[in-house]
Amino acid sequence: MQYMLAIYGDERTAESTPREQMTEIVNAYMAYTKALQDAKVLVGSNRLRPTSAATTVRTVDGQTKVLDGPFAETKEQLGGYYLIDVSDLDAALDWAKRCPAARYGTVEVRPIWVM
Amino acid sequence: MTDATPTHRAAERAARQSYGKLVAYLAARTGDLATAEDALADAFAAALASWPTGGVPQAPEAWLLAAARRRMIDIARRRRTSEAAADRLQLSADEAASEMDPADVPDWRLRLMFACAHPAIDAAIRGPLMLQTVLGLDAGAIAAALLTAPKAMGQRLVRAKRRIRDTGIPFRLPNRGDLPERLDAVLEAIYSAFGAGWPDPGGLDARRQGLLDEALWLGRVVVELLPEQPEGLGLLALMLYAGARRAARRSVDGDYVPLSEQDTALWDAAAMDEAERLLQRANRLGRIGRFQLEAAVQSVHAARRINGRTDWGAIIELYDGLLELTRSPVVAVNRAVALTETAGPAAGIAALDELSQDSRLSAYQPYWAARADLLARLGRRASADAAYAQAILLEPDVAVRRFLEQRRSRMRANFA
Repeated sequence: MQYMLAIYGDERTAESTPREQMTEIVNAYMAYTKALQDAKVLVGSNRLRPTSAATTVRTVDGQTKVLDGPFAETKEQLGGYYLIDVSDLDAALDWAKRCPAARYGTVEVRPIWVM
Repeated sequence: MTDATPTHRAAERAARQSYGKLVAYLAARTGDLATAEDALADAFAAALASWPTGGVPQAPEAWLLAAARRRMIDIARRRRTSEAAADRLQLSADEAASEMDPADVPDWRLRLMFACAHPAIDAAIRGPLMLQTVLGLDAGAIAAALLTAPKAMGQRLVRAKRRIRDTGIPFRLPNRGDLPERLDAVLEAIYSAFGAGWPDPGGLDARRQGLLDEALWLGRVVVELLPEQPEGLGLLALMLYAGARRAARRSVDGDYVPLSEQDTALWDAAAMDEAERLLQRANRLGRIGRFQLEAAVQSVHAARRINGRTDWGAIIELYDGLLELTRSPVVAVNRAVALTETAGPAAGIAALDELSQDSRLSAYQPYWAARADLLARLGRRASADAAYAQAILLEPDVAVRRFLEQRRSRMRANFA
C-alpha cells in the first residue's frame, strides 16, 4: 500500500531556527531520505515553499476566486511530504516515527486511495 | 435460542466456536471486516437452510468458510473499482489454495484482536469491536451492555471497521519489540468489556451479565494463543477472581453486600483455584505488570475463604507496586481504604485528603463512598453527610445506592 507522510510544522519556528541547527535538521532529512531509498520504499518526496507563497482558488456559484494565502490559517502548516510504498499501516508508522518531522513537528500518515 | 432443533444447536455450536476464527481468516487479506461478517452471516443462513435436509457436514467450519468465501467473491464481483479487482484476485487465489487443505482453518483470532486494539483505533471502541468481530455480538447487545444508544454504537463500529480496512491496519502479530505494549492495549480492551458487565452482579440484566462471560472468553483466547505472556495470564486470573464472587455480591433480597461482609461459601472455589494457578504461572515468567498485581490483590482477598482473614499489609504493598506502575488515582483510593484496615480511619482519611485536589476523582463514586465511611467513623457528621450525598448522586446501581442510604441513616441515628 502507498502512504503519504505529510509533514507539518510551525513555519515561524523554522524561520527563527539558528543556522547551525537548521543544518542539523537538513542533514537528518537527507539521511532519512537515503534510508527510504535504500529500503526501496520511496515513491516520491518534496518540500513545499512556506504558506506565504500559497495561492488559493475556489469557485462559488460559477465565480472563481483567487486568493492570496493558504487554505486555512493553522498553527502548524504542511511543509512537505514523502510518498512511500510499504506492506501495511504498521510499516508506514515505523517509517513515520523515524522521520525527523516526528521530532520537529507532526507527521500525518494517510493511505493513498487507489481509484 | 428457543428453536433448539439439533441443526440449530449444531449451527449455534459452530457459531460460538468458529465465528471469530472465520471472521479473522476471511478478513485477514483484505482487512475488510464488514464484508467478512456479511458473508459469514449469509453462510450461517445457508447452513440453517440446508443442514436440516442435507445433514450437518463432516467439517462444519470448512463448509462455512467455503460458503462465506464464495459469497465474498460475489460481493467483490459486484464492485467495479480496481481495489475490488485486487481483492477478487486475492480471494480466488485463497480459494484455490484452500482446496488443497480444506479442513484446517488457522486460528487467527489473536491477529484480529491486535487489529481491533491497534493504536490507530479509538481506545473506547476497541472492546466493543472485539466483542462484535471475535464473538459475533450484535451492536444492539453491546450498546445495551454499555448503556449507550444502539444506533450510535452501530455507527461507531461501522466507522472503526472501515478505518481498519482503509488505513491498512495489518492482521498480524506485532514485532517482538512492540508486542508488550500492543498486548496491553488488547488486554485493556478486554478488561473494559469485563468492567462494563461488572456493575450488574445480580444478573438483573442478562445481557450485561453475559458480558462478563464474553470478556472471560476473550481472555481465554489470549492465554491459549500467547501462553507465555504473563500479563495475559494476569488478566484472566483477575477476571476469574472477580467473577468468582458474582453470587456473593447481592443478598437473597437483592441488597448490596460489600466484599468484607460477603459469605465466602458463595464464592466459586473452582474459578478461584484456576485463577491461583494462572497467577502462579504468570509469576514464574518473571515479568510483573499491572494485571498481575491487581490479580494478586484479588488473590489475597480470596485467601479469606481458607483462613478467614485478610492480609491488609500485603494488599498495601501490592497497591504500592501498582501506584508506582500506573500512577492511577483509583489505585490511590484503594490503597487509602486498605490503609484504614492497618492504621485506622484517621490515616485513611489523611491519605484520601491528599487526593482531594485530583479532579479525576470528583466524579468517582468509590472515592466519595470511602470518604463518607471514614468521616462517619471519625464522628465528622456534616462532612460525612456531604460525602454520602455525593456518593449516592454518582451511583447508578439502585442496590448500592440503597446501601449507601442505609449507612447514612445509621450514621445520622448514631449522632441523633
